[in-house]
Amino acid sequence: MSFEPKIVAFLCNWCAYAGADLAGVSRLKYPANIIPIKVLCSGRIDPEFILHAFRNGADGVFVGGCHPGDCHYIKGNYYARRRILLTKKLLKEMGINERRLRLEWVSATEGRKFATVVSQFVEEIRQLGPLEARK
Amino acid sequence: MNNKKKIAMYWGAGCGGCDVSLLGVHEKLLDLLGEVDIVFWPCAMDFKYEDLEKMEDGSIDIAFYNGAIRTRENEEIAKLLRRKAKMLIAYGSCAIEGCVIGLANLYSRDEIFDAVYLNNETTPDGKVPSHELPEFLPSLKTLDSVVKVDAFIPGCPPPAPVLEAALNALLNGKTDFLSNLALCDECPRRDSKPDKIEIKEIKRWHSSKDDGRCFLAQGIICMGLATRAGCKAECINANIPCTGCMGGVDGMAGIAAISAVASLIDGNDEEKEKKIIESIQDVVGTFFKYSTAKLLPEGRYKDEN
Repeated sequence: MSFEPKIVAFLCNWCAYAGADLAGVSRLKYPANIIPIKVLCSGRIDPEFILHAFRNGADGVFVGGCHPGDCHYIKGNYYARRRILLTKKLLKEMGINERRLRLEWVSATEGRKFATVVSQFVEEIRQLGPLEARK
Repeated sequence: MNNKKKIAMYWGAGCGGCDVSLLGVHEKLLDLLGEVDIVFWPCAMDFKYEDLEKMEDGSIDIAFYNGAIRTRENEEIAKLLRRKAKMLIAYGSCAIEGCVIGLANLYSRDEIFDAVYLNNETTPDGKVPSHELPEFLPSLKTLDSVVKVDAFIPGCPPPAPVLEAALNALLNGKTDFLSNLALCDECPRRDSKPDKIEIKEIKRWHSSKDDGRCFLAQGIICMGLATRAGCKAECINANIPCTGCMGGVDGMAGIAAISAVASLIDGNDEEKEKKIIESIQDVVGTFFKYSTAKLLPEGRYKDEN
């Protein structure tokens, strides 16, 4: 059986989730490998969520937030940007390929961008293979 | 009838500091010894494993296990003590989170043997010892990953105030003796913490001049903001930033600290912010100095390429 990546996507309520909604309403195609989890803000995403996902079988974690300057809570996405950077460094030291964690800015109008980046990410993780096997 | 509590103390994979830390309560130790019978303590008295095996199941009131589980022997004794004791207590950071020796989980067993026995300048004609030694487990384990643990006494080793509170509680059958606050709450430098910290440069404690303010405000990583209080800030009082031996308040201190420290970094300029984060050396060793065995219970992932 071919490998189907499991990807957890944390999407912020105001931009990325709305972008994913738009992709759906616009009937854009993207792979069904992502499991979207709505959070109020990308700044709400604790590194623990990301590690928890990896520990429990995720092959990749996608984080979607508002573009810089657009955060509904003014600067939650800036917090997210720094946390993701430091979390990537941690993953690297843990021996997990940092490419398995991806941060993207997707606005509520960018349904097309959402479909594109998710498709790319799923393809990238497919190339990397399952994380479980690399323990 | 003798109604003294029977206690046991075992030394697993650790430095021995935990055994010594009992002396940290000073003269209170004499009161303690008046209240208990020590039935097993290999570090201090001559007991054999057979003695422990002969005891009735559940006959020990409180068994303290210090040190982590690195060998098959550690694991067997942990299971044996669990059977013999009514209460099993993980004593010290090694038993709880793996502590400094847990950093070995960043390497495989083969890599460790290679560095220690085979390709080491100070061990010529290296050989891995194999006879009559308990098996060295593939990764270091914490006590609660092997047996059920009733309470935890954190610290490396448990500081006297924590230990005193813990012993008082345990001898009275209670297990709620830990603070649920972060170390900042009892930090002597608390008043020098600005309302808003913006780290513009990460400094290392040993190579920068300490101006006596909150370490994080100086750009020195201090784990106090995510670490459980109770030690009365022993290290900070000695002008050393907290490294997190007491563990997290809720969950792992390292993850909470990564989240918090990242958000304290000055984020006005994306390029600068990248540089600051890049300059944090050794993320696992800084934030998970005491909990790598919890972070990587089965060792490092092999997912580089």
